[in-house]
Amino acid sequence: MRVGFHRGMDGKVVAMAVEVRLPTLLRPVADGSSSVSAEGETVGDVFRQLIGRYPGLADNLIGEDGSLHKFVNVYRNDDDIRYLDALDTKVADGDVISILPAVAGG
Amino acid sequence: MPFADPTLVLDLAQYRRVVAHCYDGLPDEACGLFAGPVGDDLLPTGVVGEVYPCRNADASARTYTIDTGDYLRADRDARSRDLDIVGGWHSHTHTEAYPSATDVAKARALGPNFVFVIVSLKRAEPAVRAYRIVGDEILELPVRVEGL
Repeated sequence: MRVGFHRGMDGKVVAMAVEVRLPTLLRPVADGSSSVSAEGETVGDVFRQLIGRYPGLADNLIGEDGSLHKFVNVYRNDDDIRYLDALDTKVADGDVISILPAVAGG
Repeated sequence: MPFADPTLVLDLAQYRRVVAHCYDGLPDEACGLFAGPVGDDLLPTGVVGEVYPCRNADASARTYTIDTGDYLRADRDARSRDLDIVGGWHSHTHTEAYPSATDVAKARALGPNFVFVIVSLKRAEPAVRAYRIVGDEILELPVRVEGL
């Protein structure tokens, strides 16, 4: 599995391209998309790139302290990133990052 | 108070799965997710395309949390059918089918359009009611079960 950066066909450094699946709640701030492509070495990089592209995501993915927002659960493929390296979790080409709201009550 | 929109529409088989899952979960609260189509406005139409019984990660009679792995599986299945996860249900084992203070507090993270179905097992017959929670405001939605 390749992680981090690799060189594309023209020799230039290419970041890992991943698919990010957005919950319905966030689709309106991402031009209606339920799935977007983004790049980065880690989940945090990918999120920061998405926030740059869609500023409306800013308050929903990363909390004020810079860690994963407590109201979302994030999976890289089949793994919850909280059990990996949270936002520092490395991503590989073709990974699917799923953003799932926390559903709870009483 | 008048009902708000949308009307939640389930078929009889879906309704039975939702209610059965609540009884199966006793003595704990049970919970699950709904998938359905959204309109061009990205709002749920109210039609339920699929129901996903989930585990209550809290394993509690007083609170519930949808198991995240179950949510992931539901999300994947919904996407394969071009549906969105538009709401969820949970049971109140001994109280009314009305959002509790905990429900309202936790609803903020889900936005004003998430459909909350509450199944009360307080009486001999289950009571199934639906709501949207907009900030602190609770809006009841009509529930139509086709075939019931």
